[in-house]
This record gives sequence, structure tokens and C-alpha cells, in this order.
Amino acid sequence: MVDISSGMDGLAAPPAVRPKSGRDDRIMLAFVIMIGLYLIVALALPLGMMLWKSTEVRSFSFAAVEAEVDTGAGFVALGTLEASAARLGLSDEVAQARRGPSLTAAQMFPRGNFEGEPVVGARLRIVGDMLGGSLEIGGKKFAQDEWAEVDSTGLRRLVIRAGTITSFANFKEYFGNPALTQSITNSFVVSLVTTLITVFLAFGFAYSLHRTCMRFKGFFQTIATVPILVPSLLAGLSLVYLFGNQGLAKGLLFGGSIYGFWGIVLGCVFFTFPHAMLIISTALRISDARLYEAARVLQASPTRTFFTVTLPGARYGLISAAFVVFTLTITEFGVPKVVGGSFNVLALDIYKQVVGQQNFAMGAVVSVILLIPAVFAFAVDRYVTARQVALLSARAVPYSPAPDRLYDISAFFFCCIVTAFLLTILLVSQYASLIKFWPYNTELTLRHFSFQGVDGGGWASYFNSLELSLLVAVIGTAVVFVGAYLVEKGRGFGWARGALQFLAMMPMAIPGMVLGLSYIFFFNNASNPLGFIYGTMTILVVSTITHFYTVSHLTAMTALKAMDREFESVSASLKQPMTRMFSRISMPICSPTLLDIASYFFVNAMTTVSAVVFLYAPGTTLAAVAALNMDDAGQIQGAAAMCMLIFYTNLFARLVHAGLTRALIGSQAWRKR
Amino acid sequence: MIRLTSVMAVAAACFMPFTAAQAQQLTVYTALESDLLPIYKASFEAANPGITIQWVRDSTGVITAKLLAERDNPRADVVLGTAATSLLMLKSEGMLEPFAPVGVENLDPRFVDQDEPPYWVGTNAWAAALCVNTVEMEKAGVAIPTSWADLIKPEYTGMIVMPNPASSGTGFLDVSSWLQMMGEEEGWAFMDALHKNIATYTHSGSKPCTMAASGEHPIGVSFEFRAVRLLNEGAPLAIVIPSEGIGWDMEASAIIAGTPNLEAAEALLNWSVSDEAMAIYAQNYAILANEALEVQIPDLPADLRSRLIENDFEWAANNRTAILEEWQSRFDGKSEPKN
Repeated sequence: MVDISSGMDGLAAPPAVRPKSGRDDRIMLAFVIMIGLYLIVALALPLGMMLWKSTEVRSFSFAAVEAEVDTGAGFVALGTLEASAARLGLSDEVAQARRGPSLTAAQMFPRGNFEGEPVVGARLRIVGDMLGGSLEIGGKKFAQDEWAEVDSTGLRRLVIRAGTITSFANFKEYFGNPALTQSITNSFVVSLVTTLITVFLAFGFAYSLHRTCMRFKGFFQTIATVPILVPSLLAGLSLVYLFGNQGLAKGLLFGGSIYGFWGIVLGCVFFTFPHAMLIISTALRISDARLYEAARVLQASPTRTFFTVTLPGARYGLISAAFVVFTLTITEFGVPKVVGGSFNVLALDIYKQVVGQQNFAMGAVVSVILLIPAVFAFAVDRYVTARQVALLSARAVPYSPAPDRLYDISAFFFCCIVTAFLLTILLVSQYASLIKFWPYNTELTLRHFSFQGVDGGGWASYFNSLELSLLVAVIGTAVVFVGAYLVEKGRGFGWARGALQFLAMMPMAIPGMVLGLSYIFFFNNASNPLGFIYGTMTILVVSTITHFYTVSHLTAMTALKAMDREFESVSASLKQPMTRMFSRISMPICSPTLLDIASYFFVNAMTTVSAVVFLYAPGTTLAAVAALNMDDAGQIQGAAAMCMLIFYTNLFARLVHAGLTRALIGSQAWRKR
Repeated sequence: MIRLTSVMAVAAACFMPFTAAQAQQLTVYTALESDLLPIYKASFEAANPGITIQWVRDSTGVITAKLLAERDNPRADVVLGTAATSLLMLKSEGMLEPFAPVGVENLDPRFVDQDEPPYWVGTNAWAAALCVNTVEMEKAGVAIPTSWADLIKPEYTGMIVMPNPASSGTGFLDVSSWLQMMGEEEGWAFMDALHKNIATYTHSGSKPCTMAASGEHPIGVSFEFRAVRLLNEGAPLAIVIPSEGIGWDMEASAIIAGTPNLEAAEALLNWSVSDEAMAIYAQNYAILANEALEVQIPDLPADLRSRLIENDFEWAANNRTAILEEWQSRFDGKSEPKN
């Protein structure tokens, strides 16, 4: 991050022309440190905590506990539990702790028997290091060498608690369990197939939009972004209604089942499509017409031109889109949750371990495994994106397609098929949420929108989501924009701004589930002074801003990069404080971008489940999570209704965004020349 | 721009009241059916002004696991309407506060913890039932099963859904009742055979019945309350009480030891066994802890009480972990794709 500005600082030092720099620099450094601290607390520390927790293992210390049993003839010594483990039916210390973090005497003497004899009494005492574990009767702890004694009716109340050790036993356990490791293969195959299909469709779609003269481009472009406005699990719900055992179009599967591999792939294609389409569109938009002219002059066939000019020109966009789709799919959990059936994937395993079994350590292990492909895909994507910029030369002439009837009509049909797929998914959920009792009573009703007597919290959850989204949009935009401004336009403190840039890029590589789980470890910790935000709206706001930080940061950076650095030089030479420059010039110029960022934050905060599903509390249930919980309880129509509610809210937000942008641009006279 | 942000700030502020703190809040963990929660809440809060209930609802297995995980830093004040087998486990962990609610002497002793004062009290029973979709059965041309033994017949292959006993209380009472009725060896053999006919194991005990109701999978191993509810919503269901007898558990409640809201928690337990509350349970449940207040539910057999098996809760609680582990090793590991 050694950039021009720090170099200029070095040059300008001798004559000391640094107007107001003292105060400005201090303010800037303060802000850099503030935002840097925010990212450290909201990202780096929780992740570190999670890595550490993945090596934490509960374990009994059998060698430290001595047992005696009375089967009618007085107490007989059994030695330590380690020595008598086989006679008491105990497995090894770690495996036993995995069954349950506590072990009762009733488990050692099944049905109150010891080797066929009924137990009259039993007693245990500590004779060594318990590794932080304890020996208790009904919650009362026993000291070293003190006998804890119960009669036959109290066996269940005599409890040994596991202590905690640090080891790689969790990873060993994970890789020793084929049911868990199967998920790695499953996740990779699903993500690869989804990536191939989505990138193919998205390329065809973007190509039709930018390289043909087909009609209704605006319509197609609008519909293509619809999946961004709904929670991804809506795709899962619609697929069940379409292809489930009572599905509307079940016949199309020829006896196959939607639950499992193909269900997940179809659902993921739906929600990753707009992301891939937008990235490839950008790549296709910036190609050079002179290359096509050269190809024509050299009499290259259209096919040859396509493979030697078009594809290479878009290759970085394609690679970038592929990695984005891959990451989105491998970290996705809403779709597999709904249509996965018994087809397990990594993200779902984290949820099952944490919510279903409250096995946080194993959740952390799966998170570490999921981090590896996500970080790798992120690194490749960043590398590729950096190369793409260099491709554009200053003398490039924008390409504009010429009409070609056959070509345009086939492009039109291609786009029709894709939009039909997207709209069908959306409309099926809309239909299902409006009929009385699927599939036997198709009268229309609004009763599923009352959310009475269903899981998830109903309308209260919806209003919580609205509150969250507005807070995230306002606060997130402010934090991100100030952060990006400091990185891009700041002077000096090269190291601090470099560190800030690094931290700002990190969230993109962190799957939402992993972020949420690491927040549990970090904030739900009695010794953390920030622990009070656990279970409040604040932790949801913080996690959501952090989760979606990178894309917003990049958007702000792009807008700021487009502004000439001369603004800063002029303002500095006029001895204007940096704060005035920021509020009078930079902010107004970038205000359409600010609206873009706010709208991005709002829409994603409405639809996200991955991080917040671990963090919501009874008073802060959220709409998308409610849809998930309704599906879990079998209230699929209620879930569809909630998803549609989110869709309409996001649609409204998008319209407000478009209106505000127009009003803003209209009110800024300097934009009209 | 300043105008815009202020507008947004005002808009954000409008939603603030939703999170504002209210009077005294009681955090109640529950596995009760979510359709019933608003009714119970309204009744309790009307009788106890100044106390508001904050529900945390999930399946029995999840609520139990959550309480155990939070053992050293409990966040719940009361656990309401959760299987007695689970509360017996919590009791042996020393997590419950003993308390005898007003009117406990009117209850069937089987519904009250044996210690004095009791650590938990049951309010009503819920029992296993089969939800069978009559339309789909007719379409498939197969007879409606009438017993547990029927379920392992080959004609039902892929038609049956049951809850995962690790997460669902209903799932656990099924497994525990089969083991108690048939003996352990035969019980596991029955489940091995049943596994071949199972389409999927669900997370919640209600879902098999809602799936049967929508015809997604025509036979759901579920419980009587959800079956009656869906039947009344217009689902084409037959409610089958298997002839061998049915497993059951009760909705039991207890106070979490060390709660800072002890008085409010006691008020909730008092309410839970009051005649007023029993009258509400009676609308949906056929078997109450206070037998005198029972009301016949039209869609269920009148002799439902006599169909219940002798359930040994102590045995079930002691062996819960071992049973679940055995179940998971037999059936969860097989939940990989078939091809």
C-alpha cells in the first residue's frame, strides 16, 4: 500500500507546505483507527476465537476418579474409572464426553445393575487432576478425596462433569466419520455443477443483452435481478411445490426426486444467476470495437471471432463469475435446508451441529473446513479482478452490435427461457402462499399472511427485519464510505490505510455461517466486556454490516477512484479543512453511489439468514429466519408467504432507491452541462 | 444529502419502540406447539399483569440441548411444556429449582415429580398417532395401516415419514415406546425394518403430519394434537391410534435454578396447573394431569387414556443418551445419497 500520496509527502517535506495538516491528519488517523478497530472486533477477533475453539475438546479424566460399588456386601473398590472402564461399559475419555458432557452413575450401572447384581450404593471420589471438570451430587460439588455417595435411587444424581483439553481430536473425529466427510465431496460436486450451469446461462444472457439487438432488453435485465430480492430458500420452497411428490410439474422429472442433488443445484442456479450475470455484463460491456473490425477485415468467421475475440475479452469476467458462484453455492444453506433431503452439504452440517446438537466445537471444525475453499476462491477472484482493469486501453472504441435477424431472435428466445425459469420460481411461491390448503383446496385466501399459530414470530419478525435493514443501510453506508474515503483519499499513514484495506476485503472470504458461529464464541463469553450486545439488535446490525462490508467497500472505492485527486490538492491549497472538503465535495459527488450502497445493504439485510440464524434472540427474530423455521415445522405455505413479503418490501426499497437517485441527480445542477 | 440521511434516521427511529424494554420479562424455553403459545401467553399475562413472557421455542431435543449447553450461564427462567424425560435429565444436572405450585395435590401423581417439593410438574399428555392421507392411499391402492406392525409391510416403502428422535420429543417417545413394548432386541429389529420404508426423518414432530396432510408423504408418524388440528383445517386425514398401544410423554414445566425472576417464575408454574389453564389445555388435549377437567375431543377415540403404554420415564431418561446414540449409528449414518 505504498502509494503516490505517501511518496508526495516525502517529497513535500522540506518546504513544509502542509496546510492544516496537523488537525486533518489527527482526525483522519482517529477515523482510520476507529474503523480499523471496528473491523478487528467485528471480524478478526471472533474468527481467531473460532479457530481456537475448533481445537477445544471436552474430556473426562477417568484416571482422576476412584469408584466403589456396594451390591449388598459392603463397598468394593473398583480402582480408578480408567482401570474399570471396561467393567462399567465406558468408552475412552473423549468419546464418552462426546456422548454427553456429563456422566452419571446410572450410566455406569445400567438398570441399576453391576455385573448382574443389583446395586445398593455407589460412591466416587476425586484423586487427581480433573482438567477443570468436577464431581457433583444434584449440583453440589465435592472436593478432592471426599467421597460422593448415593444409594440405588440416587444413581442418576451422582454426576461427573467433563473438563476441557486442547487437541486435534475434533478434526480426527470429523475425518473419521464418513457421514460428515461425505459432505465435502457433496459440497464440491454441487458447487461445480451449479457453477457450470449458472455461468453458461449468465454468459448467454449477458451476451444477448450487450452483443445483440434483441428487443425488450430493459425488461430482461430487470427480471434477471429478481432473485437478489428474495431469500434463497424461496427457490427451495418453489421447487418443492413444482417438483415435490404433489408438485405442479412433477411429471417433468420422470419419476426422479427433487429432494437432494438436483434440487440444490436448481435452487442455487436461481439465486446465483444475477450475481454471475452482472459480473459478466461488466466484462462484455467494456470490449474494444477495433478488435471486431480487425476480425472482419481479416475475414474471420463469426465462430472464429467469438472464440478469438469475444471469449478472451470476457475471460476475466467469466473466471470471476465462476468463482463468485462457486463461493455462494458452497457457503449456501437455505436451499439445501429446504430441498436437500438426505443430501448433506458443509454449510448445513454447521447448522445441524450448532442448532440441532448444540455441538459448538464440531461446528467450528466444519467452519474451518468450509473456510478453505471460500478463502481460495476469494484469492483467485481478487487476482483476476486486478488483472481485468489492465485490459482496457485508453484508445478503445466502444462496440455496438449490428442487427442480425436470426441472431437477435435466438437471443430473444434464450432470454425468454431463462426469465421464464426465474419468474416461475417466484410466482409459484406467490401462488402457494395464497391458496387455502395445498394441494387439496385451491381457494384463494390471505390467511397465510396473518402468521397466526405458526413458528418464527410472524409480523414481529417482519418489523424486526425492517428495523435491522434500515439501521444497516444507514450505519453501514456511513461506516463503509468513511472507511473507503480514508483508504483512497487519505494522506500519510500508509501502513494504517493498508491494514484497513486488508481488513475491509476480508469479510468477502468469510462465509456467513462461519461469521455467525464465531460471534457466538466471541460475544457469548462471560469474560468479554462487549458481551452485553449478545442477544440484542446491535449484534445483528454489526454482523450484517460486517458480512456485506466488502462489496459495499469496493463500490465506494470505485466511485472515489473516479474522482480526480486534484480536488484534494485544490482544497488543500485553499487551506480548507478536510472535513469541509468531504462534506461539500466528495459526499455530494458520490451521493448516487451512497444510495446504491444503502440499497445493497437494505436488500441483503432483509434476505440474509446465514450469519443471523445463530444470533437472533427471542426479541429479535427476523423475517427470513422465520421463513426457515416455518419450513422446519412443516408450515411451508407460511414460509412462502413470508418470503413474498420480503420480496415486496425489497421491490419497494428498489423503487424508492430509483426515485431518490433520479431526484438527486436532477437536483445537482453541476451534473447537467 | 443531509435531508436524506435525516429522513432515513427518522424512519429508523420509527421502528425503535419495538425493541424497547418492557415491564418484567420472563424468558421461557418451550417445546409447546407454536399455535398454542399466543393463547397461553394471553391467559397468563391477563392473570399476572406486569409480567411478560418471552418465548424461545424449538423442538424438544433442541431445547434440551440448549439448556444443557447453557448450564453454566443459564438464559432461561422457566422451561414450560417440555417432555418429562428431558426434565428428569435436567434435574439430575442440578439445573432445576424445586417448587410445589398451588393446586398440585389435584394432579394425577404420575404427572408430578416424586421428590418433595417436586422439581417439575406435568400439565397434560401428548401421545403418538399416525396421520394417514386418505386421498393418496386410495390413489396408491393400499390399505390404511392400523398397527405399528403394519408399517413394516413392503407396500408402504417410501411412504412413511417420522421425526428424528434426537431433535424431536415425539420421535423419542416413539423409539422409547417401541423398545419398552417389544423389548430392546425386537424393538431395534422393528426399526431396522421400518427404516426401509421411511422416506425421510424430519426435524420436528409436527412435520410428518403436515407432510401427510399435503400428500407429500402419505403416512406420518406424529402425535394426536397436530393430527386433529390439520383434520379441522380440511386435510384429508385419517387419525390412526396403532392397536399395540402408543407411546406418550407429558408437557412438563420447571423453574431453572438460580433465576433472578423467581417470583414471576413461580407465578407461571402456579398458572400452568390452575383450573383456568387446564380448561385451555382441554380444548386441544384429551389427557390432562387433572383428570376431573378432561373433555372428550371429537376426532379421537374416547378410550385414548387406556391405549397409552406403561411408560417408564426414569428408564427413558437414564437411557436417553444411549438410545439416541444407537439410533444415530444405525440410521443417521445411512442418510447419505443412495447413488
